Amino acid sequence: MAELKILGIGVLSWMVFLPVLGMIIVLALPKSQTKAIKYIAAGFMVLLMFISVYMLANYDSSKAGVNSLEGLQFVEKVTWIDVDFPAAMIGKIHIEYFLGADGLSFPMVLLTALIGFVGAVASFSIKKNEKGYYAMYLFLITGMMGTFVALDFFLFFVFWEIMLFPMYFLIGIWGGERRLYAAIKFFLYTLFGSVFMLIVMIALFFSSKDPQTGLHTFNLITLMNPQTFPPESFFGVLGNTWRLLAFAGLFIGFAIKVPVFPFHTWLPDAHVEAPTAISVILAGVLLKLGTYGLIRISFPIFPDAARYFMYPMAILAAINIIYGALCAMAQKDFKKLIAYSSISHMGYVLLGMASLTTIGMNGAIFQMFNHGTITAVMFLMVGVIYDRAHTRGLYDFGGLANKMPKYFAVTMIAFFASIGLPGLSAFISESFIFLGGFNNEIIRIVTIVSATGIILNAAYILWTVQRVFLGELPTKWDGLNDISVRELISSVPLIVIIIALGIYPSLFINLMSNSVTQLISFIMK
Amino acid sequence: MEFALKFLPLAILIIPLVSFLIIIFFGKRLPRQGDWLGTGFLFLNLFLSLYVFIAFMSLGNYSITYDWFSLGANETKFTVGFVVDQLSAVMLIVVNLISALVHLFSVKYMEGDSKYSKYFAYLGLFTFSMLGIVITNNLLLMYVFWELVGLSSYLLIGFWYEKKPPQEAAKKAFIVNRIGDFGFLIGIMIVFYFIGNFAFSEIFSGISSGKIPSGWLTAAGILLFCGAIGKSAQFPLHTWLPDAMEGPTPVSALIHAATMVAAGVYLTARIFIMLSADALTFVAFIGAITAFIAATIALTQNDIKKILAYSTVSQLGYMIMAIGVGAYSYGVFHLVTHAFFKACMFLGAGSVIYGMHHIQNISEMGGLRKKMPITFVTFLISTLAISGIPFTSGFLSKDSILASTMAFGSINGGITIIIPIIAFLVAGMTAFYMFRLVIKTFLGEPRNKEKYDHCHESPLQMTLPLMILSGLSIFFFYSFNPFGAEGGWFINVLKSPESLLVGTKGAIYHIVSREEFHEALHHAHYPAMILSLVLAGLGILISFVFYFWNKVDTEKLKKALNPLYKFSLNKWYFDELYHYTAVSFVMGLSALASLFDKYVIDGIVNGAAYLTVKLSDFGGLFDKYVVDGLVNFTGGTVWVFGMILRKFQTGRVQTYIGFLVFSIVLLYFIFRWI
Repeated sequence: MAELKILGIGVLSWMVFLPVLGMIIVLALPKSQTKAIKYIAAGFMVLLMFISVYMLANYDSSKAGVNSLEGLQFVEKVTWIDVDFPAAMIGKIHIEYFLGADGLSFPMVLLTALIGFVGAVASFSIKKNEKGYYAMYLFLITGMMGTFVALDFFLFFVFWEIMLFPMYFLIGIWGGERRLYAAIKFFLYTLFGSVFMLIVMIALFFSSKDPQTGLHTFNLITLMNPQTFPPESFFGVLGNTWRLLAFAGLFIGFAIKVPVFPFHTWLPDAHVEAPTAISVILAGVLLKLGTYGLIRISFPIFPDAARYFMYPMAILAAINIIYGALCAMAQKDFKKLIAYSSISHMGYVLLGMASLTTIGMNGAIFQMFNHGTITAVMFLMVGVIYDRAHTRGLYDFGGLANKMPKYFAVTMIAFFASIGLPGLSAFISESFIFLGGFNNEIIRIVTIVSATGIILNAAYILWTVQRVFLGELPTKWDGLNDISVRELISSVPLIVIIIALGIYPSLFINLMSNSVTQLISFIMK
Repeated sequence: MEFALKFLPLAILIIPLVSFLIIIFFGKRLPRQGDWLGTGFLFLNLFLSLYVFIAFMSLGNYSITYDWFSLGANETKFTVGFVVDQLSAVMLIVVNLISALVHLFSVKYMEGDSKYSKYFAYLGLFTFSMLGIVITNNLLLMYVFWELVGLSSYLLIGFWYEKKPPQEAAKKAFIVNRIGDFGFLIGIMIVFYFIGNFAFSEIFSGISSGKIPSGWLTAAGILLFCGAIGKSAQFPLHTWLPDAMEGPTPVSALIHAATMVAAGVYLTARIFIMLSADALTFVAFIGAITAFIAATIALTQNDIKKILAYSTVSQLGYMIMAIGVGAYSYGVFHLVTHAFFKACMFLGAGSVIYGMHHIQNISEMGGLRKKMPITFVTFLISTLAISGIPFTSGFLSKDSILASTMAFGSINGGITIIIPIIAFLVAGMTAFYMFRLVIKTFLGEPRNKEKYDHCHESPLQMTLPLMILSGLSIFFFYSFNPFGAEGGWFINVLKSPESLLVGTKGAIYHIVSREEFHEALHHAHYPAMILSLVLAGLGILISFVFYFWNKVDTEKLKKALNPLYKFSLNKWYFDELYHYTAVSFVMGLSALASLFDKYVIDGIVNGAAYLTVKLSDFGGLFDKYVVDGLVNFTGGTVWVFGMILRKFQTGRVQTYIGFLVFSIVLLYFIFRWI
């Protein structure tokens, strides 16, 4: 159990609550100080990046973590709620403030810090009630970061719900025309999923009995231990119906976030209505919470059910990949197209996870990160053009390549990364996913079918390139300026990462591969 | 071995990449926009690869592998590495030579283009990607460079993206190639599943120890070959290549000779020894069908570049077919000889187009030999080579392939006879349509007087590459015997490797040992040579009769053979077929998916929301009239009492005291009574 502290407080607590501090400062400032508010918010995100680099320097990639307490890093564990109900049947409720990182969560922590910074810079174009916006923005970061590092189910759930609230306002207040519809849809949809999660969480709690203390527990690491469930309890017998049902319930909760077909329709609406920076956060980080939940909670707690549902999950993944790509192809709105491509690419993640192979799972987590960076750039680029032209219609453009060459270059790199061009990061992750899927005989055929996604993917991306960038420039766009320095500051770091990880993927793979090996061997045991 | 020499291939790979990076970032600021840099780098590269080749001759094969990354501690290792062997050593020279000459040619050809520096940057990227395919020693890395070739071809074919056709052509090239790559990828997965490694050496040793069951091996071979079907424009994915003519002409020369299309043949050669009998049958038939289809289409085309494009497709079919029938070395030999004379023809066509001010239709040309003597002579030499006339390189390689197909037919018998038949037919057709092109372009009288008058020979930067390339179409560069490649140094270097599956039998194919094949080949040599000469001569003769002496009215012939003529002119309607089937299907599916998403799935979501709202409305009404009714009733009662009681609240102390006294008295009696 390695620890790392700054000023006596654990690094992960800093990562989680520093944005709250920022929020308090922002709220304390007068509303008119928009410049100060912007820079303070961005400054806090920079701070978060610094801490994550500090963590990276102290991260021991040889440690696996997952279900072993010893292998976790940056651990913080104190009792949070400890209530005794002597008379009632509930018994003692013991909830811990339990944070920690391993190869499954640490990459996501890095991603959140990175995208959080990018989003903050991209938010500079917000011109309406900045104070409220940045307060919500910072709060959102806390919710996401907390979810990634919480190792107590109750705590996880709290952060999970916390995240909803700022997101609702960010879309509902600073969004586009149909922002209220989109915000409510997002909110209710996620809440609907949370209900399932809540039920399973409570069921797990009452069914569990910590082998050491004999108490019910929310501790995820303890819950992963099969001994935690006495044979007479709900989840006591491996492979029983309750376990399968619980897995399915959790899956729905997480699938809505991913989003997995048919729970995906909130996403295009949310994306289209959300301001650019929020789309970036949404695609860059928020969707990953769903797939992260699967590998952090569902798979290791119910490995039997994960194996049982391998095939249906692969089918859903294949639907996501192909259906998402087909829908993307039919879009006329630039942002909606990227939103559907997101659905398609998150399908790859699910496929890699469903393969339950080391290589596939490595690919899945790597793809989570890569999709985060690549899609973030794509949404930034949509924002760039929307800020200038106030339209996102794919058929409204053409010929931008010569008019905005730098913009063209950045977009092309992101586009080709999304197609899975070698030399760029997503190639490695997608190849891993396919190799993993193919290595699993049960889902082999599904994998082959999914692989046709690479053709559709190329088709809709290249068609988009053609419609937006090639050909003659309509005269009404004569006045468009090329991408600005601020916009480059938010996108170029991501581009650098996309290229670097494409050429030298070890930088990333080493962070997670031991944990993934551990996870898979634990699930397949 | 010298340290520096060992890493020379790596330097050769990196140099064009450096050229790309420098020009793309600083091209506009460099003098002459950096064209000299790209060109100079490529000539340096050419020099280096000659050096590598000479060193290889004395040192033999070697390969260097580095760790790229690995998964977990004891898990799969991914490596990068390169190999120098007979195949890559030869290809390094071919790619660099042609790329260098194309660079040189482009300096003049692309002069004044608004994206001049970008053009040279992309050429560098293209060369880099192709060199990567050539020297890599593992399958995954081959796929990596394979896709990069796809990217660079996209950029170059669509270089003039302001206009619609280049956009479409670039997109088509990329997507059609992706279809082939899909197969390639699955093939890689199969290999990885059984072998757990991507290095060719590991794969081959794994196969010889029987790690891949035979059915899977055939599947893997065919799927890997799918990649080649895409890149080398084989039937049924050949349709992108003629469209790719929309790119600048020097790019066509590069694509058709040294990069891209060569990649598919190269891949097939690389995996030749692991192809099972059935996979080889597939390869051979695909090659033969492609050669035939493309040749029949080339007969009737009028655009100078389109004719060359189809002739490339047809010749690629030859190469693939050669590898399929087991004549590995001849297939690669033809790849090399074809690279030179086809590059010469494309650059020659570029020179014509340049001189004719962007006329590409051969019906508007004629008589250009006087205006463009160098272009004419070099083009003629190349045409003789592609037609398989003795003393040219093309004769050596083509004749060997024809003999091989005959040998193949004699070994296997039965239906395999089709392959030599097609091969010879195509040889005749090739001679015919290539001379048709030469006659209509360079001989006879000018048909467009105005354009002709303004026409001029191209400058030295353009004619020099033509002269070099046509020079390389002469036999003695490859073998001192003008009538046989066998025994020449080139074939000695480029020996066929022995298949890993010698002796195995497929449905109609029997993989024989090299010795056995040679035996059959020996018998086929003279008959094949005589037959091919007769057919080529016949093709040329008919061409002269039709187009030079005008003894036959071609218009009448067209009418007489109208359905066939139309069929050929419209390229067997492949584009239409694909458009109305595959493309429409996917687009329809896409529209359907989108509608389904909008109305069904989102309909259910919104419907559920609507129902909930309605339910809550009902709840609201219930609340309002029933629940609230009760509440209001209670409230009302209280209100009534309140109204009454209010009367007592007069605000006068006397009244209150009065009430107080009254109450006390009342309470006293009540309690008493209780």
